[in-house]
Amino acid sequence: MHHSIHVENLSFAYPDGHAALENVSLHIEPCEKVALVGPNGAGKSTLLLHLNGILSGSSGSVRVCSLAVNKANLGRVRAMVGLVFQSPDDQLFSPTVFDDVAFGPLYQGLPAEQVRQRVAEALEAVGMGEYAGRVSHHLSVGEKKRIAIATVLSMQPEVLVLDEPTAGLDPRARRSLIGLLDELPLTMLVSTHDLRMVGEIFPRMLIMDEGRVVADGPTAQLMRDTALLEAHGLEGL
Amino acid sequence: MYVHFLDPYRPRPSLVHALDARVKFVLTLAFILTCALTPHGAWAAFILLFAILLSVEMLSELGLGYVLKRSALALPFMLAALPLLFTVPGETLARLPAGLAISAAGLERFLSLALKSWLSVQAGIVLAASTPFPDLLLAMRALRIPRLLVAVFGLMWRYLFVLADEALRLLRARAARSGQGGLPGAKIGGGLAWRARVTGSMAGSLFLRAFERSDRIYMAMVARGYDGEVRSLPPPALRPPHWLTLALSLLVFILLLLIAYLLG
Amino acid sequence: MLLSISPMHIPDGFLSIPVSIILWIAIVAVVGYALKRVSADLGERQIPLMGVLAAAIFAGQMLNFAVAGGTSGHLMGAALATILLGPWAGILVITCVVAVQALIFQDGGLLVLGANIFNMGVIGVAVSYTVYRTVQKFSGGRKWGLFVGGFAAAWLSIEVAALAVGLQLALSGTSPANLAIPAMAGIHALIGIGEGLITVGALAFLYSARRDLVQAGASQAPAGRLVWVAGLLIALALAVASPLASSRPDGLEWVAEQKGFLNTAQDPAYNIIPDYVLPGISNEALATILAGIVGALIVFGVALGMAYARRRPQAG
Repeated sequence: MHHSIHVENLSFAYPDGHAALENVSLHIEPCEKVALVGPNGAGKSTLLLHLNGILSGSSGSVRVCSLAVNKANLGRVRAMVGLVFQSPDDQLFSPTVFDDVAFGPLYQGLPAEQVRQRVAEALEAVGMGEYAGRVSHHLSVGEKKRIAIATVLSMQPEVLVLDEPTAGLDPRARRSLIGLLDELPLTMLVSTHDLRMVGEIFPRMLIMDEGRVVADGPTAQLMRDTALLEAHGLEGL
Repeated sequence: MYVHFLDPYRPRPSLVHALDARVKFVLTLAFILTCALTPHGAWAAFILLFAILLSVEMLSELGLGYVLKRSALALPFMLAALPLLFTVPGETLARLPAGLAISAAGLERFLSLALKSWLSVQAGIVLAASTPFPDLLLAMRALRIPRLLVAVFGLMWRYLFVLADEALRLLRARAARSGQGGLPGAKIGGGLAWRARVTGSMAGSLFLRAFERSDRIYMAMVARGYDGEVRSLPPPALRPPHWLTLALSLLVFILLLLIAYLLG
Repeated sequence: MLLSISPMHIPDGFLSIPVSIILWIAIVAVVGYALKRVSADLGERQIPLMGVLAAAIFAGQMLNFAVAGGTSGHLMGAALATILLGPWAGILVITCVVAVQALIFQDGGLLVLGANIFNMGVIGVAVSYTVYRTVQKFSGGRKWGLFVGGFAAAWLSIEVAALAVGLQLALSGTSPANLAIPAMAGIHALIGIGEGLITVGALAFLYSARRDLVQAGASQAPAGRLVWVAGLLIALALAVASPLASSRPDGLEWVAEQKGFLNTAQDPAYNIIPDYVLPGISNEALATILAGIVGALIVFGVALGMAYARRRPQAG
């Protein structure tokens, strides 16, 4: 059966010996939107880095859209999984918005005309069509977050993986970003502390703690389990 | 907190702003070279160069005040050339106490140097204020400056503002904790070595954060397919009006130099 | 002051064309070689690492501290960059810092950029590396070697670079050698102390926070012998040449000779005409000034025409 994300018994330890992931398994269907919650240090970001092949586990397997994540497939995997990092200042490393959104398509080897078209479409999709010529450091945090998403949309990924998309946003920027995530017709795995957003737009949620997936189920059901939430340092609504 | 003031670019709807960055970059360099090649004491040439510069400054709509104020940056260095007034042999113009005498040739040399420097600085200011830095990067690439170097310029410029923000936050935190004790005669701010160490720690933490940030940026680049090679879209071709502007302006500079050498 | 101008950044106009050109050639060769070396040593991480560290040095220059009498010490960073990144990446990082400072902030000229990169990037880094590595050898990698080496590298790199600036000014006929060199050396002996103290402070912080970073750069740079020798030669050459140039009783003549040699091609023809009405101002000079003013009026006319032609379609 075709899963968008298929992680089986993944374990990973950092060079200093700290075990960040232990026997993590998860399966996400195409076009499913899944939230990943848990305290800091639970291994959420480490897991996300595996989906793009930036880290590779000591044991277990990761498959994305039926492709094994390994050295041979790295280029195709990275084109299929759009990974957006938490800090937009790390994600936007080019002088202008255009350069940043064009970066992915350029490294996919697309011809110039197609790169320009991809940039225009990606910026349009996040509602920032007018911003191509702008300079990143003149943007607000909310604008940077949207453009950070555009930088991976331009690669036309099948899966969108976001790390803390609403962190550091003011209420209005947060609201508009939630609207954007709700609209995008892509498979999504989103790591977040924003449980209210999870309740609103993510039908399914995963809870991680100490490197393990401790719960996986419909958001509404898990949210009612206050004992479970409290046990992992989360506050229900 | 945003350190936008670090960015010298001032957007204006002017002819100078609209000129292609590559043409502007080459012309700025050519102007500075012309200043450097103009012989000492060729006042006619200096007046013409200044007139050209002034016209461009007015066309740029940056405001003369802005350009002139920034051009004061070059002034402190004039000190280095001041001894020329007294050391170049020539007819004495004025005697100062302490046995110093200003010579005519010395004055000519000093004024010429000061003018060259002042005109060149203004040209640089107009270029920086009328051209967004990303366009300058494009111009540098077009001038065959190694792509890797230009890529580092670009990253440096992007993170200059981010890290300058961090530096300002550190300075603010230091200022917030540098209270003045009520005791009369109490030493404020510790000794020199201590002050230097605090500043050094701030620089150290700035570097540490920069190292860590460069790791995260590297991952963000790799996640989008970066493979170590520098890639960019081909720049738009220069059109005939660009070439014409470039050729005519260069011709003016050459004529100016000819006049300076032949007529003085 | 956020952007204090350092006397190390030479503006345009202060160096003669031959001096500028020779130093441009020198840095094109050195930077070209450094680019090759760094590509081989650092691989694909080089761009983000060098870009962000160049920005950090730039931002680090904003951190200043009061020394005495309204002067302040602040960082130039050649020694720190060398110690943290090794000599080749250090040269590239300082090259970027100096170039961007000149391009954006006019801190140092464009035509003399080659000289400024040579003084701070090549001389600063090579001398830092030689001093730091030598002290490291003697200390056997113990902790004091880091701090003594760091301070000595920072101070000496500033001092030697300053001597080079003084010598270049003298060679260009801009400033007499017996004034420029001692003045540059004197000022920078003080500025160098500030540089040394901040460098040591930064190294101490990094040593306690991330020892691996401090021990990775210059301490392990592969095959840095070339830079070590270059740094030694530069330091020795300038240590010998500077006093020689500035202390010879006929130092002035020496400079004048150099200047004469460098400027012969530039002497305008009219200088020969000894037709004075006022001391120092010739008829000829007055005539050329008048001609200049007439030309200036023509230029303004053209500029006004352009502005007018541009306004019209906008208004209409």
